[in-house]
Amino acid sequence: MTQQDMVPPELQRNVLITPVDWIYNLGRAGSVWPTMFGLACCAFEMIVTLTSRYDLARFGMEFMRASPRQTELMIISGTVTKKMAPQVVRLYDQMPEPKYVLAMGACAISGGPFKDGYNVVPGIDKYLPVDVYVPGCPPRPESLLDGVFKLHQKMRNETIRTSPWYRKGVERELPVPEYGPQGLVLPKGEKSA
Amino acid sequence: MTDYALIGLLLVVAAIFPLVALFLAFLLRPRKPAPVKKSIYECGLETVGETWVRFRVQYYIYALIFLVFDVETVFLYPWAVAYGQLGLFALVEMFLFLMVLLGGLVYAWRKGALEWV
Repeated sequence: MTQQDMVPPELQRNVLITPVDWIYNLGRAGSVWPTMFGLACCAFEMIVTLTSRYDLARFGMEFMRASPRQTELMIISGTVTKKMAPQVVRLYDQMPEPKYVLAMGACAISGGPFKDGYNVVPGIDKYLPVDVYVPGCPPRPESLLDGVFKLHQKMRNETIRTSPWYRKGVERELPVPEYGPQGLVLPKGEKSA
Repeated sequence: MTDYALIGLLLVVAAIFPLVALFLAFLLRPRKPAPVKKSIYECGLETVGETWVRFRVQYYIYALIFLVFDVETVFLYPWAVAYGQLGLFALVEMFLFLMVLLGGLVYAWRKGALEWV
């Protein structure tokens, strides 16, 4: 049995990729810049998370960038109304790759207590691919921090070889929702509540 | 002389360091251009009208004339506060100053700067 045989075949190609991935993901996970963007009351918990008591800056996230071109994390902090949904999706489209979405609070996850409202999107995951869900109404800053750690964990486990933002021909732009005669048009296969 | 050489070295390193970082970022960055991404950022809304809004050059002249009154206020206010201690000399001085400013205003008026063309 040679030394070559001791390495499992699925790992043999990864000998070079793994250290590169490790450095790449360490850098990415250590400097996640969120979009400066608060939707509803959960935004206040997000703001508190940024202040000195909870200090999101400890994890390289002190910059809430005012332009989506410089950000990679979108914190959906609160209720997404049907009026706001196209803007949220357009902002997401304008963020550069790689990009992540964190749905914060019951409203962003499912519509929460306003689910039956005439103007509430029942969960932003109808329009955006959500990476981390942080439950709560509103979630305490500790919960948001935990969600951020979960996102860091996810980023550290990704690899360049399968990441969609480096592959050619993978379309990542999502369709911006439009208004119809009955208000916001839901994505295909979805029925209004 | 070696001290200056060190400063020169610092300049060279200071120029190369960010250039290398930017070049590496240029090599490593994912390229995914898309129509919405390349469109103008307007807080998530679609742009209305032209982005390169043009102002009339007339505003420039108005701003210049506004400067006459602006400077007048800046000097008149402390003058009025301290008038009790200054006496007749300050009154004459301020009168001369206002005459100079008035001369400027009359000049602008005669040149037609107050008319909206």
